[in-house]
Amino acid sequence: MPGAIYAEGLVKTFGDVRALDGVDLDVPEGTVLGLLGPNGAGKTTAVRVLTTLLRPDSGQAVVAGIDVLKNPNEVRRSIGLSGQFAAVDEYLTGRENLRMVGQLYQMSARDAKKRAGQLLERFHLADAADRTAKTYSGGMRRRLDLAAALVVSPPVMFMDEPTTGLDPRNRQQLWEVIQDLVAGGTTLLLTTQYLEEADHLAHDICVIDHGKVIARGTSDQLKARTGGERVEVVVHRGHQIESARSVLAAYGTGEIAVTAHTRKLTVPVTGGARLLAEVIRDLDGRGVEIDDIGLRRPTLDDVFISLTGHAAEQAKNGEAGQTEAGPTEAGAAGADRDQKEGER
Amino acid sequence: MTATAPTPEFAPRVRRGAIAQSVMDSLVVARRNLIRMIRIPEMVIFGLIQPIMFVVLFTYVFGGSIKVGATISPQAYREFLMAGIFAQTVTFATAGAGAGIADDMHKGLIDRFRSLPMARGAVLTGRTIADLVQTTLTLVVLAGVALIVGWRTHENIGKVLLGFLLLLLLGYAFSWIGALIGLIVRTPEAATSGGLIWLFPLTFISNAFVDANQMPTFLRHIAEWNPFSATVQACRELFGNLPPGFVTPEAWPMRHPILASVLWSVVILLVFRTLAVRKYRSATA
Repeated sequence: MPGAIYAEGLVKTFGDVRALDGVDLDVPEGTVLGLLGPNGAGKTTAVRVLTTLLRPDSGQAVVAGIDVLKNPNEVRRSIGLSGQFAAVDEYLTGRENLRMVGQLYQMSARDAKKRAGQLLERFHLADAADRTAKTYSGGMRRRLDLAAALVVSPPVMFMDEPTTGLDPRNRQQLWEVIQDLVAGGTTLLLTTQYLEEADHLAHDICVIDHGKVIARGTSDQLKARTGGERVEVVVHRGHQIESARSVLAAYGTGEIAVTAHTRKLTVPVTGGARLLAEVIRDLDGRGVEIDDIGLRRPTLDDVFISLTGHAAEQAKNGEAGQTEAGPTEAGAAGADRDQKEGER
Repeated sequence: MTATAPTPEFAPRVRRGAIAQSVMDSLVVARRNLIRMIRIPEMVIFGLIQPIMFVVLFTYVFGGSIKVGATISPQAYREFLMAGIFAQTVTFATAGAGAGIADDMHKGLIDRFRSLPMARGAVLTGRTIADLVQTTLTLVVLAGVALIVGWRTHENIGKVLLGFLLLLLLGYAFSWIGALIGLIVRTPEAATSGGLIWLFPLTFISNAFVDANQMPTFLRHIAEWNPFSATVQACRELFGNLPPGFVTPEAWPMRHPILASVLWSVVILLVFRTLAVRKYRSATA
């Protein structure tokens, strides 16, 4: 039986660009699918097709048991959409925005008013309810936008990069809201370019690039595909990088990635904690001072790099497919981001 | 935050009839646009300054030197002028509708609306209704200013009101042109200029500011068949503002200006509403 969101062979071209190139999706009821990919991968196009905003050139889609192409208006009754921009009217108050959306979902004026009040409470916007959205912070606007998508408690939700541009605290808050929703039985399709976000929220992940699904599975399954652990070392002084490199070469099972400005070396290994102890002793014996050392499991970043041959970050700058990053550079970019995650 | 299971109480309500839903949705959107208008009063005020300036400038600068009908007199020109300025003012609603729709596209609101189970034309209809309200207000103020500078009507109140109705119908039809422009150009800035540029030749190559009888033949034909001229001519007749010695041109729209005005407005309305709603359905921000 097809899931709450089901798509088969979706194709959409814009001029020469194949934004969707045969995408299949199947999201079981009550689960979260993370659609992961760089900008321009086709994530937003997929969401627009599934939410009736865009007609695909070919393929079919069923959302909440309703055929998207045949009965778009029926689908609209059963979905909520929270887009990349906080699509709220900034000259209306939070309350007015939600009432308007409620009425456009064909609620009576009274129900729409009541529902707006509930949602404002739930999203911690009650104090700001009667101020225009113009005065809201970015995080408040996103919450209002999400509240608007939830006016009818739709069984199926689409969120297109819900946390892009939010600070860590607001992102955390939004994640909690999303987890609540899913706990309540909502099926969710979430797009993101933050690997960490997909890792955190999604039951299943689809990696999409150039309009094609290039991998799917749970976060753990995808990580397992990329395989082994790595040792990461941050040396104290720049000139010690070379000595550290010669030490690591003896233990590594692959190429050593070096990021000079952070004085970080990364090398794939097998052997786990016991090996780590040996590495530390050996580095010490050579007089290499270390600021940090650790055994890292693969992150979704690594998965992404190994699948696409380029880092998500680089694709973000619009270079996808043009400058394929070499393994060393890619490894370094991945390692860089790990550090950022560590700092969070 | 507590988990809330979907509450059936707030499921979308059973469908209304298609027409009832369309009317309701349009009113909800119109209300939203009117609230915006109240919260951004400078837009309404700037919309008023230009026509008021035109009234004052044309009356006092050109008033004594432009021959209308068989006379050169400030009072005759003043009365002749007002129908032209009223008509030009209502067509400028085009720019407002265009900029508003383009702004909604730009901010992602059109996507939000398109993902809701609402009537397809309601977003545009709501916008044009709100613009009609604004146009009405503008006309009231402008008529007041015109009275102050010496404009008078010489027909009964029914005819005068009919004249204003024709103006509003023309303005409403033109706001659909604006809606289409707004959907096509996508940025509010482009919609504002794109909504205005072509209005200048349209409103100047007409009978609005000068007596078209005195134009070179080629321009005169354009002016007489210009949709805009029909409304101006109709208003002059209905206001009793035709200058002494005015010779009604042979062209059919000038002979039957009220009918011509209604026909032109209805045709523009139908054509551009159809095009705009079609464009809306496929709109992608």
